[in-house]
Amino acid sequence: MASSMLSLTSASPSPSASLSTQESLKGKLKLRSSGLSFTKEKINPFANGKSFGRVSMVAAVNASRFDGIAMAPPDPILGVSEAFKADTNALKLNLGVGAYRTEELQPYVLDVVKKAENLMLERGENKEVIHVFERVDDLKLFLNYLPIEGLAAFNKVTAELLFGADNPVIKEQKVATVQGLSGTGSLRLAAALIERYFPGAKVLISSPTWGNHKNIFNDARVPWSEYRYYDPKTVGLDFEGMIADIKAAPEGSFVLLHGCAHNPTGIDPTPEQWEKIADVIQEKNHIPFFDVAYQGFASGSLDADAASVRSFAARGMELFVAQSYSKNLGLYAERIGAMNVVCTSADAAARVKSQLKRLARPMYSNPPIHGARIVANVVGDPVLFNEWKAEMELMAGRIKNVRQKLYDSLCAKDKSGKDWSFILKQIGMFSFTGLNEAQSDKMTNKWHVYMTKDGRISLAGLSLAKCEYLADAIIDSFHNVS
Amino acid sequence: MALRSAILKKALCRSSVAGARSMSLWRNVDPAPKDPILGVTEAYLADPSPDKVNVGVGAYRNDNGKPVVLECVRAAERRIAGNLNMEYLPMGGSVKMVEETLKLAYGENSEFIKDKRIAAVQSLSGTGACRLFADFQKRFCPDSQIYIPVPTWANHHNIWRDAQLPQRTFHYYHPESRGLDFAGLMDDIKNAPNGSFFLLHACAHNPTGVDPSEEQWREISYQFKVKGHFAFFDMAYQGFASGDPERDAKAIRIFLEDGHLIGVAQSYAKNMGLYGQRVGCLSVLCEDEKQAVAVKSQLQQLARPMYSNPPVHGALIVSTILGDPDLKNMWLKEVKGMADRIIGMRTALRENLEKLGSPLSWEHITKQHDALILSNRLACSATVG
Repeated sequence: MASSMLSLTSASPSPSASLSTQESLKGKLKLRSSGLSFTKEKINPFANGKSFGRVSMVAAVNASRFDGIAMAPPDPILGVSEAFKADTNALKLNLGVGAYRTEELQPYVLDVVKKAENLMLERGENKEVIHVFERVDDLKLFLNYLPIEGLAAFNKVTAELLFGADNPVIKEQKVATVQGLSGTGSLRLAAALIERYFPGAKVLISSPTWGNHKNIFNDARVPWSEYRYYDPKTVGLDFEGMIADIKAAPEGSFVLLHGCAHNPTGIDPTPEQWEKIADVIQEKNHIPFFDVAYQGFASGSLDADAASVRSFAARGMELFVAQSYSKNLGLYAERIGAMNVVCTSADAAARVKSQLKRLARPMYSNPPIHGARIVANVVGDPVLFNEWKAEMELMAGRIKNVRQKLYDSLCAKDKSGKDWSFILKQIGMFSFTGLNEAQSDKMTNKWHVYMTKDGRISLAGLSLAKCEYLADAIIDSFHNVS
Repeated sequence: MALRSAILKKALCRSSVAGARSMSLWRNVDPAPKDPILGVTEAYLADPSPDKVNVGVGAYRNDNGKPVVLECVRAAERRIAGNLNMEYLPMGGSVKMVEETLKLAYGENSEFIKDKRIAAVQSLSGTGACRLFADFQKRFCPDSQIYIPVPTWANHHNIWRDAQLPQRTFHYYHPESRGLDFAGLMDDIKNAPNGSFFLLHACAHNPTGVDPSEEQWREISYQFKVKGHFAFFDMAYQGFASGDPERDAKAIRIFLEDGHLIGVAQSYAKNMGLYGQRVGCLSVLCEDEKQAVAVKSQLQQLARPMYSNPPVHGALIVSTILGDPDLKNMWLKEVKGMADRIIGMRTALRENLEKLGSPLSWEHITKQHDALILSNRLACSATVG
């Protein structure tokens, strides 16, 4: 490309250098096939990824490389909130993003988070001059940048929260933990590690899965394929299909699993099913890759929601686990999470950690500090931690209540005899309604209910007061649209 | 290389089946080399000497060696603590923060801002802005490469490498004069293929502290026009070079006057002391509003699978400060104070070196405008004394 550009612009090096500006411009014009006035010509090396055309000096000033750049499609999830904001109808309901709302449909800042922030503020203002530090991490903080791997206090508590403080993998230092930009950033780090160290290895993702999973692996250039998961006939888990597809995948594939509260379906394997999944993964030498975005939100218990991850770790398997505090601590916008890689030795964990850091450095240098401090303060303080557990139970409890009310409303209003019990069986923030794209569109266009096109509704955005309205909308869309 | 890894992986998998429990998937993972910059801090921490000084990381510290939290930042933190919810920012980040940030780079009354011609998103500080641009460049101009000055901030190489774009270098620093190699720079600009992408440090070049003069910037801009090159400015030290953010944006303003369509990475790590918050901005000047909307959507599309949306806290601090005239004035004074102290430190360092009877010339120390001094010069001075 470069050499062809050069040959077009200079007939030969010395003659073009000696040409006057006018003459050289004329020369360039002649090389064009079109006869357009050169003041209108534009540079287009960005168009279709190729360079074409020569550029005159005057045109260079006004032209842009970005002419060929098309508008990106709206994000299927985050775009929903934007559409919701634009809607002026009083009845509108936002069931798009999985962001927790109170019964009054207001965003909720956890009390423990407010307390932690105030604590942090007080400590900052009363900071004295300190020249001696007992812990290396305090000094690093003193120097203002977090290390690439993030806040040490955060990394410690997040791994303990996930695996349990007494877990052998933690005691034996077999876990490489790196603070990441919430779930997305942590997943991306792992994807980059897979691309670099397991070139050609595939990631198996559930069908369906969170929309951004595919984007993450695509942009990281990691191939992926799907395993069966959701069964529309039962509105439940297609367990046989899942096992078969995991078995059929090439040995040494990565299997992306939702640790709890599957997004978007809300359908989780039973403990027995988890054991069978672990069996087949071990049999095929696959690597389990857990996405844990809802620890505490599924059942209300932080420990219960970590059971699947812990049972895999107990088998001595090496695994990846991405964590997020967006939902369970309401820290969505702080972008706080972690990537944990469980290895069979402390040495391997140290090496893996160093390589995760090497991938993070050219992405963002080091992660943002604020959310990490909040988590470290809440989880690291026994009083705040207990308060958090209580708030977590309240949030999960509200969602369970809303599920019940929605189910009751649907049963009362729907005379078709359709079985709506899947709403009660599903777990976590989301419910997979079974509505198809056209039906989901009707929900939005007629009923001003904003949801994603895969039929997912976020129960966190639903109040008891709106359950009947939603039931009307679902029944109408389900029965009257195909 | 891929084949070797695949074979190794198969061997690992087979031996796992055979029941060697200690065998790990990670045997072929080597320890990464220490980051050359952030690794300095680690070495500093390990050093037991009471006289140690850390001039590794470019983070501002006051005279006691204490990091500075600016008063304006403290005031902003007090206002925002515990009050606001932490709902996801829009994918492009805080609109308010981005608006204020663009004014700093493009000018308070910039026509480009009025005409909505700038595609801009909040980024993960300067690193994130550079990386997002590199990925954007790779996606929409896959056959391009990036010209990087010699020397430059080490992480620039990592960023464009991980974005999978080939790198070329251009002359910048002239060791003999400890100044700018202007002739070499201009030659490289002329010899690069037309329409090349260049990474330029807007002010306070890192690590040399050597910046082109205004006249030199004008010549560089002119030559860029002739060659149709694309200028990407990394501005990590606005306010730190001269003490005046407007003055430090001069190079960018020259390019804008000359009609270039530029890209800019901005960071608040140093000039607002917000290092750990990771707050910055990536902007790309487009032909018109429609194009800016399209480009912005594509930048968001790249950010989504990297981190979804950027962190709110640092952005809130920035928009609180820059959106309030009193706090903004406080900030401007504090930035000037920091820059003055650095200039004072440079003068003192130069004077002390000259007093020590060093036979070398140290005038470049006060000519360079930055908080950073080339480490190799200091190392030499320690031995030559």
